[in-house]
Amino acid sequence: MEKEIQIIEDVTVRFAGDSGDGMQLTGSQFTDTTAALGNDLSTMPDFPAEIRAPAGSLAGVSGFQLHFSSEDIATPGDTPDVLIAMNPAALKVNLKDLKPNATIIVNSSTFDAKNLKLAKYDNNPLEDDTLSGFNVLPVELTTLTMKTLEDMDISPREKERCKNFFALGLMYWLYNRPLDNTINWLESKFKDQPKFFEANKRVLIAGYNYGDTTEIFTTRYEVKPAQLPKGTYRNVSGNEAVALGCIAASLKSGIPLFLGSYPITPASEILQELTKYKSYGVKTFQAEDEIAGICSAIGAAYAGSLAVTNTSGPGLSLKSEAIGLAVMTELPIVIVDVQRGGPSTGLPTKTEQSDLSQAFFGRHGESPVCILAAKSPADCYWMAYEAARIATKYMTPVILLTDGYLAFGSEPLRVLSFDELPEIPINYRKDPEGFFPYSRDENLVRPWAIPGTPGLEHRIGGLEKKNITGGISYEPLNHEIMTNFRDQKVKNIQQDVPDIEVDGEQSGELLVVGWGSTYGSIREAVVRVRKEGHKVSQAHFNYLNPFPKNLEKVLKSFKKVLLPEINLGQLAFVLRSTFLVDVIQYNKVQGQPFKVAEIQSKIMETLGGKNGK
Amino acid sequence: MENKIVENSITPAVKYTSKDFSSDIDVKWCPGCGDYSILAQVQRTSPDFGELKENMVWVSGIGCSSRFPYYMNTYGFHGIHGRAAAIASGVKIANPKLQVWVATGDGDMLSIGGNHFIHACRKNINLKILLFNNKIYGLTKGQYSPTSDKGQVTKSSPHGTVDWPFNAIKLATGAGATFVARSIDRDPKHLQEVISRASKHKGLAFIEVYQNCPIFNDGVYSLVTEKETKADNVVVLEHGKPLLFGPKKTKGIKLDGMNPVIIDLEDGKHSISDCLVHDEFDENPTRVFLLGRFTDIPGFPTPIGVFRQFSKPSYDKEYEAQVESLVKKNGKGTYEQLMLSSNTWEVR
Repeated sequence: MEKEIQIIEDVTVRFAGDSGDGMQLTGSQFTDTTAALGNDLSTMPDFPAEIRAPAGSLAGVSGFQLHFSSEDIATPGDTPDVLIAMNPAALKVNLKDLKPNATIIVNSSTFDAKNLKLAKYDNNPLEDDTLSGFNVLPVELTTLTMKTLEDMDISPREKERCKNFFALGLMYWLYNRPLDNTINWLESKFKDQPKFFEANKRVLIAGYNYGDTTEIFTTRYEVKPAQLPKGTYRNVSGNEAVALGCIAASLKSGIPLFLGSYPITPASEILQELTKYKSYGVKTFQAEDEIAGICSAIGAAYAGSLAVTNTSGPGLSLKSEAIGLAVMTELPIVIVDVQRGGPSTGLPTKTEQSDLSQAFFGRHGESPVCILAAKSPADCYWMAYEAARIATKYMTPVILLTDGYLAFGSEPLRVLSFDELPEIPINYRKDPEGFFPYSRDENLVRPWAIPGTPGLEHRIGGLEKKNITGGISYEPLNHEIMTNFRDQKVKNIQQDVPDIEVDGEQSGELLVVGWGSTYGSIREAVVRVRKEGHKVSQAHFNYLNPFPKNLEKVLKSFKKVLLPEINLGQLAFVLRSTFLVDVIQYNKVQGQPFKVAEIQSKIMETLGGKNGK
Repeated sequence: MENKIVENSITPAVKYTSKDFSSDIDVKWCPGCGDYSILAQVQRTSPDFGELKENMVWVSGIGCSSRFPYYMNTYGFHGIHGRAAAIASGVKIANPKLQVWVATGDGDMLSIGGNHFIHACRKNINLKILLFNNKIYGLTKGQYSPTSDKGQVTKSSPHGTVDWPFNAIKLATGAGATFVARSIDRDPKHLQEVISRASKHKGLAFIEVYQNCPIFNDGVYSLVTEKETKADNVVVLEHGKPLLFGPKKTKGIKLDGMNPVIIDLEDGKHSISDCLVHDEFDENPTRVFLLGRFTDIPGFPTPIGVFRQFSKPSYDKEYEAQVESLVKKNGKGTYEQLMLSSNTWEVR
């Protein structure tokens, strides 16, 4: 029977199963294949804090969501169109998120008494009306996998573990995607274990053919390539992008990269990623604690490295004294804070934007630093690069804020050529003639004189410095001069900050602003309400300190400014006190990103029937 | 055995004198402070370190001792409380060609900086740590420190401390330091010798310097510094030599099982051959713990000198070697490899 192929614009798929079912792997394989076909995409994993919660339990469910489209998209999708549930627990946990009429492919082999009990189902949901209103497609994934591998000489457990590839094959059929990308991957992954390559490949193909031959699947779907700007693309997660951005900055500037780090969720992948690149001149130091992580970075900056430390909220708290030292010694370091739910241990695997106040104010003394925020996984690459550029140009610590949502989400990054990258000029001081450690250039930046340079031996430290000479000084006026210099130097960074761009009308009834990872949800919401005929503009912050020059003018060009944040209003506080603009807050602190629909309805509420006119 | 003492082969063409290491900043320790002597001995020995001045970096934390870098005409970094070892580690790993020294105190390194200290020892990062131990918090004006003697009366322990002190030698050894030594501010020659030997060590070198604080803990080491009592209370550790002390070296230390006992060489029952012979290259740390305990046993002399030194690859060297072998295997990484080696696709 020839099956119908239906062309659709976009789809959101969620793979869900036990932590041990390989859902992240299945999702990322589907993502790679989809990326190679030229769709725009955005992904988001959702995994439990527990490494291996009991198999089959609700706590152990791990998910991977992928939104792909023939249009330009910015979020991993609010509500999945398709759920692949590998067991009853995965079904139960994810059911509430689905679109009405969503398709649910379930591994019906796992719906036995034991697994139903673990998922706390009294009755089998496949047999009662729990799933009414959904398009349920039960597939005996485990049984079919075992049958496919009947004659293979591997253990039953090993056979069973291939079942995620049956699901993947089936999805490839359903969305009309080729198998070669995954087959190539399997071949290199199992190059020393040909029988596992063979087993997984066989199951993948069986899944694909199952879609083709069985009668329960009547329609296939196709999502055409998106019209993205021309160029070479690769898929990146936020954490991976931060690592790549730092290395790119090191290669462009010609100075070695040093990372002082201590493992912490959700920032550890930056350390894990960077340590792979030793042959690129990257040094990673897994320190004894967060404090040593940043202090070693400060030492490395003093010695002339492009120095980075990465962490999440609790670690940022521990690093705050040392950030003050970097402010005082005026050394360039990049502090990457992958924000998570707080305070204290909080929600380590969940996202939040609640470290902004700490980035602004979390140090003793007058201690200004530059603050940047990335707005999407791919943007993490550019902001890490920019943080390195600003830190070295202005001899200052730069805090780069990302978050758990960006860290693990992924999207395509357009790769620029080396020559297209912005310059990062490094001028170590060499000339002893007229050298003073705290003399300043026109931007108030002091020279970077590194140990090993003859004739420039000098001392720096956390005590107040005498203007120009850098000696210790307790003189009252000198302290005021130096405090003002440090403050003005960070303000001078504004000349490097691009104007904030307003998408839509440049003035009017409502401007929706945001910073960091809320970008995607805000953008899609604004696009939707505009399609309904409302006039709403959008502006998004990458630069939080200093702010863009034109910001005040932009904010004051609208009657209302709406600011959604995943906190209780930390940027709203700063905007109000800086510009006396009474922004309208929209806050959510559930450890989850905003859904597009939530922002959409807040926009409508804020317009109050005014239709943006 | 002597041939194990590694001499530094690089001697700079420049000949320095101690004056070359003296910065133009006025030294501001209290009159009579032991820190003056330590500074003088470091400046006197620095020309023999075999390093160019511009390749030397002194890093410190917070406390009286931590003002040290300001007075050395080398590169210097006065850090924050307790973090000297962590900052110094970053300097050394970033540029292993630098000779990195740490000046610190008992509060700075053994209390607030304890974690960095033990991990620097464990990793054998090639740092030279000078611990100025005066058994008191001086800069904050007289509270007890983690090395204060039990029962010591200070401003924060008016009824005597109830906590037990750290023994820095045993702590460093337990944490894996590959060069562990002790000297005294009031014994300039000995201090110079120990500093000089630490400078040649390829790995983490730790020197505990007994330092008198004339303001808040004056005389805490008088038994080991004053002419009348010194000979009976100090035993100088010298490699290959028996442990002898006393004004005429007529007292010795022998082992009774695992325990040290003091013997009288003139009692007709003992001779010099009964004495424990020092072996500073013994990798077995048991010897250091045994010697380190002397200061915990009333009546025993305080050992000074090199307790132990042995060679083990340092963190910075191992790291460089790893990088070199990876570059050899994969070539030096380029931007194109970095960005284009994973799955990429073209949009035309």
